[in-house]
Amino acid sequence: MSNITPTPVLRLQGITKRFGDLVANDAIDLELASGEVLALLGENGAGKTTLMNILFGHYTADEGQIEVADSEGRLQPLPPGNPAAALAAGIGMVHQHFTLADNLSAFDNLVLGTEPLWRPWQKLGGAHARLERLMADSGLTVDLSARIADLSVGERQRVEILKALYRGARILILDEPTAVLTPQETDRLFETLRRLAAGGLAVVFISHKLHEVLAISQRVTVLRGGKVVASLPTAGTDRAQLAETMVGRAIPQTVREALPPGPAILRLHGVSVPAEAGRTPLRNAELTLHRHEILGIAGVSGNGQAALSNLISGLARHEDGEVELFGQLLRDANPSRMVRLGVGRIPEDRHHDGVVGEMAVWETVMLEEYYRAPYQRFGFLQRAAARQRAEAVIRNYEVKCSGTEAVTKLLSGGNMQKLILGRVLDREPSLILANQPTRGLDVGAVTYVHRELLAARQRGAAILLISEDLDELLTLSDRIAVLYRGRLSASLPTEEVTIRQLGLMMAGHEGEAGHAA
Amino acid sequence: MRLEPRGQVPLWLSITTPIVAIFVALLLCAVPLAIAGAPVLEAYWLMLRGALGGRLALTETLARAAPLVLTGLAAAVAFRAKLWNIGAEGQLYMGAVAAVVVGSTAWASSPFIMVPAVMLAGALAGAVLLLIPTLLKTRLGVDEVVTTLLLNFVVLLFVSLLVEGPLQDPMSMGWPQSEPIADEAALPRLIPRTRVHLGLVVALVAAALVWLLVARTRWGFEMRAVGANPSAARFAGMSTGAVMIRVALISGGLAGLAGVGEVAGVRGYLTTDLSPGYGYSGIVVAMLAQLNALAVVAAALFVATIFVGADSMSRALGVSSYIAHLIVATSLLTMLLGTLWLRYRVHWR
Repeated sequence: MSNITPTPVLRLQGITKRFGDLVANDAIDLELASGEVLALLGENGAGKTTLMNILFGHYTADEGQIEVADSEGRLQPLPPGNPAAALAAGIGMVHQHFTLADNLSAFDNLVLGTEPLWRPWQKLGGAHARLERLMADSGLTVDLSARIADLSVGERQRVEILKALYRGARILILDEPTAVLTPQETDRLFETLRRLAAGGLAVVFISHKLHEVLAISQRVTVLRGGKVVASLPTAGTDRAQLAETMVGRAIPQTVREALPPGPAILRLHGVSVPAEAGRTPLRNAELTLHRHEILGIAGVSGNGQAALSNLISGLARHEDGEVELFGQLLRDANPSRMVRLGVGRIPEDRHHDGVVGEMAVWETVMLEEYYRAPYQRFGFLQRAAARQRAEAVIRNYEVKCSGTEAVTKLLSGGNMQKLILGRVLDREPSLILANQPTRGLDVGAVTYVHRELLAARQRGAAILLISEDLDELLTLSDRIAVLYRGRLSASLPTEEVTIRQLGLMMAGHEGEAGHAA
Repeated sequence: MRLEPRGQVPLWLSITTPIVAIFVALLLCAVPLAIAGAPVLEAYWLMLRGALGGRLALTETLARAAPLVLTGLAAAVAFRAKLWNIGAEGQLYMGAVAAVVVGSTAWASSPFIMVPAVMLAGALAGAVLLLIPTLLKTRLGVDEVVTTLLLNFVVLLFVSLLVEGPLQDPMSMGWPQSEPIADEAALPRLIPRTRVHLGLVVALVAAALVWLLVARTRWGFEMRAVGANPSAARFAGMSTGAVMIRVALISGGLAGLAGVGEVAGVRGYLTTDLSPGYGYSGIVVAMLAQLNALAVVAAALFVATIFVGADSMSRALGVSSYIAHLIVATSLLTMLLGTLWLRYRVHWR
């Protein structure tokens, strides 16, 4: 055991955590050396976040122990269930959702919690100098006087990492850090992490994105069903092997066959949609979408996706321009009219907009059509017809649940999405709005959703795919356009765009994008 | 201790839970009864006999249950759609006012015209009263908990103005009470020489109809969807505003009917002490029934039993009849704990 890694700074032994019958972590062993970037790879529910919450003291493990190196490099047991002790031992955590106060400056956020509050004045000069030095050493530069609310997402993440380093972290845990970043910001984060690791920082990088794991880590530990199923050096592995280890079976490749686009289904001409409170409006959008075609809309969330999605869902109306749907100009849209016209809508947030959690599965299936035959007659619900339809959806779309009476909110994310997908696709809609259709799903469910969307395209549907996942966009789309601050770029054939080019456009460099390719 | 959500609740559990909850509440209330110096078992026996033992006691309990069923339904329907109507008391009084306005002169000679007219007027008055805070909520986002609650006091002052002014009975010798309801408009007694009147039948029919509405109709589906997840309801194409208005009309109308029953079935004229808080007790009834319209009938009977029984017991043993409120409140708390138990499996470790 002694000579595997030069200087272990962290050792987990036999960590087990149960939630009722569910074993979230099952006898997990893990070792981390200083200067090492370890990727923790696994699907949703594999136990990654639970493990890190145990390490950081948010949860207490049922069994097992954690040891962290002290300043002399000797491993000392870490008291369980104590975040303060974890901080003192040099463990820093950057959560997926940032924990910054938006109305304070970056500087205030950084020193918050490190300076005693009861002193009438604070000695902040020293903190300022220390932070300047830290920024110079790490390459993490931010404007310390800027308010957090005015910083970009990438900058906020830098503040989070700085915060951990400022508190003397020697072990840095990053939970899905790239979920909110553009490809360029991701590259920049990786450069920073390499530099920090070279300086002796140990990094745990939690992700389910394979190419990122391959790009940044030296070692990969794969979790599946709460167990460590593999721990291997990154150099000797590849994407396919990691995917198979993570999922536990071979993943069929999703292939988009070339199809000649049919007649136009949806046309936007100079369309502007006002914003909901605090959101970005859609400005002067031009777009044409044909049968047998998937148009991908790339962009960092919050750049007008909601406005575009609301327009097609029937939740919002355009105030300028023309929307032509199935050859007719669209006026006075509302959700049920869009459904009747043959628009299938997969909402961005399935819990919030897609289902009524308290309702039974059969009620969820008829949610968009409850008011018309065969689900309603003389004001009464036709429960037999609705149950029959629900049974068909459950069967045809492989929804795992106890039956049509199951409470919708108890379905897993993947099965809930399959239910919504089935509800929409079973109607054979001619236009499908798919807004983040695979967010938060595991690999198996993602593959399933992709296959069904491609099958719908094959059958003649036009699909508007709004996604933040570039891999998804490149796999499914025939053409891709980018939304940035409410402006929709011209679309480009997928074969002609690169990730780098999309990344630049997502960051607003439309002019440079042409040359960048 | 940990909680874990249940998938489906077995039927036997949802039936036994309220019974156990009430039993536990009675057990807990034995402590204050004992402190008050009453022999506990005898006190409960006297309560039971006072509420259910004999023709007079039983009919009195039924007469008390009728308005509680209606106000309980009013709360249950509204709460299902997350319209927090705390104003059933005010709606009840408005229903009573309308009943007096329409029913104190015999403008038609047949009760088959007068009685339905009085009921319709009462229901309409209650519905319109609830419409005001509901429109304020859907149009301007005004919190209906505050507005419906405060309207109760506005209405009570309004009633006080009426019975000392325009509606005052000239034969009352200055007492603040309205002209009496005409015989043709009075709700007929179901059992002679008791206080059980047609309102009980109305309440039972209303319970069945409300259950049918919520569980089996398109309108009920909309109410449940809007109540449980308004944004998903909007996404599915429902108009949340229209659903709220519909719910308000039904809920206010039911509470108004309770007022009609009290003024045209029991008292015969309007005063400011017409209701001993039936509007507020309706909220408790609805919560005890877990917003299920059929269970509202059972819950209303339970609350009426406690109130009537406690009155009789306190006369016999000299314990304050406030014990009734204590038992009902404790039952509500144990019932809420019971619903937690229904929704979650509890694991001890």
